[in-house]
Amino acid sequence: MGADLTANGSHGAAAVPAGGDDHGHSDGHDHIHPAPSNFLSKYVFSHDHKIIGIQFLFSGLIFFVLGGLLAMAVRWQLAWPWKPVPILAKALWSHPALGYQMPPEDYNKLFTMHATIMIFFVVIPLLTGAFGNFLIPLMIGARDMAFPKLNMFSYWFMWPAFIIITYSFFVEGGSAEAGWTSYPPLSVFRWSTPGSLNGQTFWLLALLFAGISSLMGSINYITTIVMLRSPGMKMFRMPMTVWAMFITALLQAFALPVLTSALIMQLLDRTAGTNFFSPVGHTVANSPPVVGGGGPLLFQHLFWFYSHPAVYIMILPGMGIVSDVIATFSRKPLFGYKPMVLAIAGIAGLGFIVWGHHMFQSGMNPQLGATFMLSTMMIALPSAIKVFNWLGTMWGGRIQYTSAMLNAMAFVAMFIIGGLSGIFMAATPVDMHIHDTYFIVGHIHYVLFGGSTFAIFAGIYYWFPKMFGRMMNERLGLIHFFLTFIFFNGTFFLMHIIGMHGHPRRIADPTAYEFLRGAGVTGMNQFMTLSAFGLGLTQLIFAYNFLSSLVVGAEAGPNPWNANSLEWSTASPPPHYNFETLPRVYHAPYEFSVPGVEADFVPQTVPLPRNITLDPVMA
Amino acid sequence: MRYWSILFAVAAVFSVGAFVYAPFSADWWLPNVAGDPYHVVSTFGKEIDSLYFIILGITGVAFIGTQIVLVWVQYRYVDEIGPDGKPTRPAQYFHGSQRLEVVWTIIPAAILVFLALYQMDTWASIKLRSATPRVPVLAEITGRQFQWVIKYPGPDGKLNTADDLFTVSDLHFVKNQTALIQLKSSDVLHSFFLPQMRIKQDAVPGMTIPVWFDADTAGHYELVCAELCGWGHYKMRGHVTVHETEEEFQKWQADQLAEQNRSQLSMASESQGR
Ligand code: HEM
Ligand SMILES: [Cu+2]
Ligand SMILES: [Cu+2]
Repeated sequence: MGADLTANGSHGAAAVPAGGDDHGHSDGHDHIHPAPSNFLSKYVFSHDHKIIGIQFLFSGLIFFVLGGLLAMAVRWQLAWPWKPVPILAKALWSHPALGYQMPPEDYNKLFTMHATIMIFFVVIPLLTGAFGNFLIPLMIGARDMAFPKLNMFSYWFMWPAFIIITYSFFVEGGSAEAGWTSYPPLSVFRWSTPGSLNGQTFWLLALLFAGISSLMGSINYITTIVMLRSPGMKMFRMPMTVWAMFITALLQAFALPVLTSALIMQLLDRTAGTNFFSPVGHTVANSPPVVGGGGPLLFQHLFWFYSHPAVYIMILPGMGIVSDVIATFSRKPLFGYKPMVLAIAGIAGLGFIVWGHHMFQSGMNPQLGATFMLSTMMIALPSAIKVFNWLGTMWGGRIQYTSAMLNAMAFVAMFIIGGLSGIFMAATPVDMHIHDTYFIVGHIHYVLFGGSTFAIFAGIYYWFPKMFGRMMNERLGLIHFFLTFIFFNGTFFLMHIIGMHGHPRRIADPTAYEFLRGAGVTGMNQFMTLSAFGLGLTQLIFAYNFLSSLVVGAEAGPNPWNANSLEWSTASPPPHYNFETLPRVYHAPYEFSVPGVEADFVPQTVPLPRNITLDPVMA
Repeated sequence: MRYWSILFAVAAVFSVGAFVYAPFSADWWLPNVAGDPYHVVSTFGKEIDSLYFIILGITGVAFIGTQIVLVWVQYRYVDEIGPDGKPTRPAQYFHGSQRLEVVWTIIPAAILVFLALYQMDTWASIKLRSATPRVPVLAEITGRQFQWVIKYPGPDGKLNTADDLFTVSDLHFVKNQTALIQLKSSDVLHSFFLPQMRIKQDAVPGMTIPVWFDADTAGHYELVCAELCGWGHYKMRGHVTVHETEEEFQKWQADQLAEQNRSQLSMASESQGR
């Protein structure tokens, strides 16, 4: 066994097998698998959670580029309707007769694919796939996931999804164009719109594969966290990131089957002649009337029963990440650790009973609307608790303005806006006016870009040294943050205003309506588009910093931030088996600035001084 | 380094500023009658707008409060190294406060429950079927890619009789009268959206949904399709005319009917001639 370990000698970690551990936790999992020796098994078909995490990281970032370009094309059309998109127009819409204009169905394809890619191929894979895989075993002191081979499959099942979604741009009729929500009948009738011809089928298949991948991941996370924690790692000693991943995985595991069934039903409606989502007697384009059908609202219920929890799948890991980052760079214990855990659990629990708030105007029984409105108001509560706790963590701290910390603070600042705009929509009568307008788009982006994406940046700046053993360039990181923060607000804040003015979402040409033709609306649209281009260009700084730091970044050392959680107690990057001996854990990872301790941090592997007793309710 | 707090302050000022400026520009505000940007024309619109202002006030206070705290902690608790190379101010060591935790759970909870209950009435009077006004149906409106097919009962007041009047994307009703429509869809989802009256309701294949609204100002308004319905979704626009008096509406209807009969006759004679 020891001989296998020396294969990983490059990082200087002494290769000592852990066989001789004294603690009793060894349910067969602290034996060490041999490190893979050839390129394929090491970097491609790896069973190592760290490599799989990094694979998800690179895939997600690549799709981020694609999703971002699509977004910029969407914004172009909104600011200057029917003016050929610079550079792209000649390549994509090479129809001189149309003056290289973007056809309206292609506009619909652009925003549909932008949202689909960002949600299912960027944010979820990055937050759960990349950070979840990389961090969970390291943070709980395990040698790998509970099911390493299943873990490998969870990444490789993304590949059919990647290929199908990319290929779908080139099929007859083009890619899907029914929005990321893909409501039938538009998505089901093959002649309802060009993207419904074949693109929609590809869309459904891609999402099915992505879903299978997530499901395998979440089973793995749950099992790993329950079974493989190292000695002393009680549940309430886990870092918030692990808690968030754990609850997110539970959400995935319970909600995903519902989405899967909805996708399969839609696929059957499209291909096998079933009518789950078409009402009796319905005809489109002279088709024979439907006999024995279902209804379009059924799909919406199933879709949001998954996708409402899914929006929390896109934010909870981010909340975990920023909790860890904020505590570390405030050099202070996390304010109210246990209430924070309860808040996450509360968001998850309530998340299952609020899906109807997406359907207030859908034709669903309005009596139900009243119930969903109450539960939706209540879900604002745990979100508020979390914000207050983050502020409490910074209060009285010693704040270090690193790139990671700034991105985490931006998460807090922007998440407040996203949470508050939710209250307008939860009020059903107000929602009547703002539903399906740009107000919703503003809300989504304040939680998904202002929230999740800033958390992803924070996480990358924070854990890059652990992942690759090198530091990122701080100066470039700060410039990247500064510009991103400014352009982000410039791009998305005014959406609340034009949404309030009634600007519908998903329309190719706002000037089709008289009340949107004013100079104010046009000016705001152009301002937002210019900001969006700025936002896109700014990410080049990040890409440069990320790639160049891989090669020339300064050596990081095991614990560059003086943080407490277990991943910092092993080498950077961690050796194949993560830990030489499974670490013993004495407390939660937030013991910073403990009185009477010389260093301002106490790693989880080091006991607290005897005179410190922790508040049982808060810590 | 503490000057990073200024960046956050600027973002907060920009956000608040946008909402402070908004009422001064008709384009930036809730959509209303041309020429009178602060006059919402429908009864429900008034209720919805006042609810909107209440929420804007509450969220505005919450927003400004939390941003001030955020910027303040960023400014105040910065890591400074003194001349001796040590931090001038060590971080405080505390894990939280149960009392604070309770306070900042109960206060928002109370506000949210208040909001939820406060708006129930408005919601009920706009949407619940039991609140449907007892007035004759103005029209049956069917969304179809990419137009609104509108069927008026005509002079006999009954739908599906010989004197029904059909228009395409042209909705007419009378000032200060409750207009009740039956909303349908013949192909995919659409959404009936009257921005100036704050009314929105999806049109769903297989369902007939009653929708009612009114307007206290005669004039021209717009009908928007607010649910993605295919490649032409952006241009599924309807014209709304609110007539000053019942007579004016009747006259419009009579003219349209005459026009409709003429074109039917000419179509019929054309097909006979062939
Ligand atoms: C935890 C972070 C949150 C995330 C990730 C999130 C995400 C989203 C997303 C993606 C949508 C748009 C879905 C679509 O395309 O239609 C949405 C809509 C909505 N959100 Fe949130 N949201 C969050 C917080 C909140 C909060 C705190 C509230 C309530 C106080 C709220 C209330 C709503 C409502 C009512 C809608 C539906 C509005 C409509 O479609 O008319 N959200 N949210
Ligand atoms: Cu429509
Ligand atoms: Cu439409």
